[in-house]
Amino acid sequence: MWHGIDMCSLVYSFAFVPCACEHQGIVDDQFTQLRKLEDENSPHFVMEVASLFFEDCEKLINNMAIALEQKQGVDFKQIDECIHQLKGSSSSIGAMRVKNACIAFRSFSDGQNREGCLRCLQQLSHEYSLLKNKLQTLFRLEKQIVAAGGSIPRVH
Amino acid sequence: MTMEEKMGGSNREDEAMDRFPVGMRVLAVDDDPICLKVLGTLLLKCQYQVTTTNQAISALKMLRENRNRYDLVISDVNMPDMDGFKLLELVGLEMDLPVIMLSAHSDTKLVMKGITHGACDYLLKPVRIEELKNIWQHVVRRKKPDSKDRVNALNQDKASGGIGEAVQTSTSCSDQKFNKKRKDQNEDEEDDGEDNEHENDDPSTQKKPRVVWSVELHRKFVAAVNHLGLDKAVPKKILDLMNVEGLTRENVASHLQKYRLYLKRLSSVATQQANMVAALGGKDPSYLRMGSLDGFGDFRTLTGSGRLSSASLSSYQPSGMFGRLNSSAALNLRGISSGVIQQGHPQTLSNSINGRGKIQPVGLPANQNQNGTLFQGIPTSIELNQLSQNKSANHFGELNPVNNPNVFGVATNFPDARMTVGSSSSSLSTPSGSPLLLQANTQQAQHSGAIGNQSSLGVASLNQESFDMGVHGFSNFVDNGRCHENWQNTVQLSSFPSNSLSTCEAFSHEQLHTNNLQESISWRSSHLSDNPIDLSASMANAGLEDSRGDMQCQISPSNNVIHNIDYAAKQQWGENSSFAGADSLVSGAPYVQHLEAGKLAFNTKLRSNEDFLFEQRKPQNEFSQNNFETLDIISSSMIKPEQYNETGMMEGELGYDAFPLGSCI
Repeated sequence: MWHGIDMCSLVYSFAFVPCACEHQGIVDDQFTQLRKLEDENSPHFVMEVASLFFEDCEKLINNMAIALEQKQGVDFKQIDECIHQLKGSSSSIGAMRVKNACIAFRSFSDGQNREGCLRCLQQLSHEYSLLKNKLQTLFRLEKQIVAAGGSIPRVH
Repeated sequence: MTMEEKMGGSNREDEAMDRFPVGMRVLAVDDDPICLKVLGTLLLKCQYQVTTTNQAISALKMLRENRNRYDLVISDVNMPDMDGFKLLELVGLEMDLPVIMLSAHSDTKLVMKGITHGACDYLLKPVRIEELKNIWQHVVRRKKPDSKDRVNALNQDKASGGIGEAVQTSTSCSDQKFNKKRKDQNEDEEDDGEDNEHENDDPSTQKKPRVVWSVELHRKFVAAVNHLGLDKAVPKKILDLMNVEGLTRENVASHLQKYRLYLKRLSSVATQQANMVAALGGKDPSYLRMGSLDGFGDFRTLTGSGRLSSASLSSYQPSGMFGRLNSSAALNLRGISSGVIQQGHPQTLSNSINGRGKIQPVGLPANQNQNGTLFQGIPTSIELNQLSQNKSANHFGELNPVNNPNVFGVATNFPDARMTVGSSSSSLSTPSGSPLLLQANTQQAQHSGAIGNQSSLGVASLNQESFDMGVHGFSNFVDNGRCHENWQNTVQLSSFPSNSLSTCEAFSHEQLHTNNLQESISWRSSHLSDNPIDLSASMANAGLEDSRGDMQCQISPSNNVIHNIDYAAKQQWGENSSFAGADSLVSGAPYVQHLEAGKLAFNTKLRSNEDFLFEQRKPQNEFSQNNFETLDIISSSMIKPEQYNETGMMEGELGYDAFPLGSCI
């Protein structure tokens, strides 16, 4: 009984989550393109890429936080490098708001504005959390669908 | 650690050629694992054979091992172990493969730099598959220039009066004959043991084995050119001077052409080149006689051995071109980025730099964080680019007034220069000559600072917009007050359990996690189970991108609750009746949501869901038709709170989590 409800809702949600994410600008079309790349040969492509991204992003955010904490002087160049890399990876995965946060961040980093950078980092962190939340939901749904015997509706 | 993967099978080259561009062999280089994975997968999707690596150095190694194993290289610009532009140059010169640059930055200067370094294309991240589908054209285009080279060489010969081999037309027949001849002889000559030999299989194709310009070979070449004088250097004479068996004039001619282009490019940025040698406190005394080669010779010599061989240097003659610092092996580019050299102070500079005789322009790009072995003294192009990234057109103009002969605007120390000097900036060691640099640094910093501020101003406002846009989406969701006009009451929910109401209320006022959505949707979906198929499908499809689905849900008022959610368009999520519904709900008014499927925005692409749901309907149908019973079940599950608020959601940020309110109907 529950099983039946679950599946329908799972599928519904599974379809709903990315749409809403895109609507909110959390992800952009690039994410959709990545989902299109999933097929029988690489059924977990998006999940894998997202996992890589989470790892990378957390590391970079961490590094930037540490860099901004340095009493003896902030290494803005390092921060800039982190931002650059994060911008590249977030745009590759379609994490639009994270990418935009990077763009904003960069201007403060260019200006060597530590306070501004701290704020940006916070914003960036927030956007990242939001994205991670959504994507993890999506993946959870996917797993549940599969576990319940369903098949993942593919994007075409 | 090198991460290398070979994907897409390993077809023989013949097969690859036959089905070209399918099976085209691409080498992808990017230090960012996400980008690399995405790029690799996209390339696979284009049916290319893909090899990926996250290190430029290993990419070079692979290419050098067998240049003929690849047709095309795609490389990121910013990499910690080697500058992408450097890799680009090396690949172009050594292997003559087409290289496409990739970057997250769309700065025109960077693009220009890429092109002047010989990139055949410059793509911006995120790379789209449509762009990748066309990259094979670069491979085809590349195959043609050899004939042009021969023609040019021929002309030059005529001009100089030595018509040598003459009449080498660009017919493929003679090409192949030549190729074979060259191939056979080259095998003996190449002391690096590099293998040119892969075209035996396919003599009828246009693809010719290329002469790999090894360190040794290039050294001779440069020596010959210098001996003749750059203006007078003609392929025939160079060939004679080099005295390498098996090397044809065509080889020399084509190499000469590249070399000339290279020099031209360097000279155009000569005024802004940094002095890395000084910074490094070079080790190689034979540098004294670095000639006009802009370190080109250096890098040639370096590419193979990673060392600057003094012998090669000794053959260089000082030219009077411009005061340039020789970017020598000694440079060891560890942490030396490009900087700015004062033009017109060649003597001073050279004198100040470890007694070096001549300096050559070193337009080293920002990423000078190499391990020295491969890129010592590679005078790549301008850090001008990096500096320009600070959005100051006259950046260098500003620096010129610094009349300190020891001015080297060392980019590494530009605090806000957009120098992506790899991520390991810590490894950038300031070399012994740093006192010279420090002065420049401060000056640079000042300039850069000013510029930085400017740019930040400009950018900040832009970004605000993008943020606003992002936020805007939320406002729609939060719009509780709106009551959608399409709401119709067709089914009475008067017996709506109060607990559901409260639950929904709770939902509406809290940050809802998607899971709650799921549960609330389950509840809703259950009511759909008895509905005709298209309703189920529409529900499943609802919430997908695109607008204006046109599906009518027929709802029998007798049993089920009908949910009318107006999904006119994605953008109109905000007008969602769900909120209106929630309000009515909360207020306790008898309330029904009428699912007007006509307004469902569902994605036709997800039609497959229909099938899926079809199957699922069976079990669903089995169970209770009674709304309320189902409602109870679902409600209780909804109430079981898994409030996933672990995400750092800020205040006022509801995301679409607030959305599920609609489902609490």
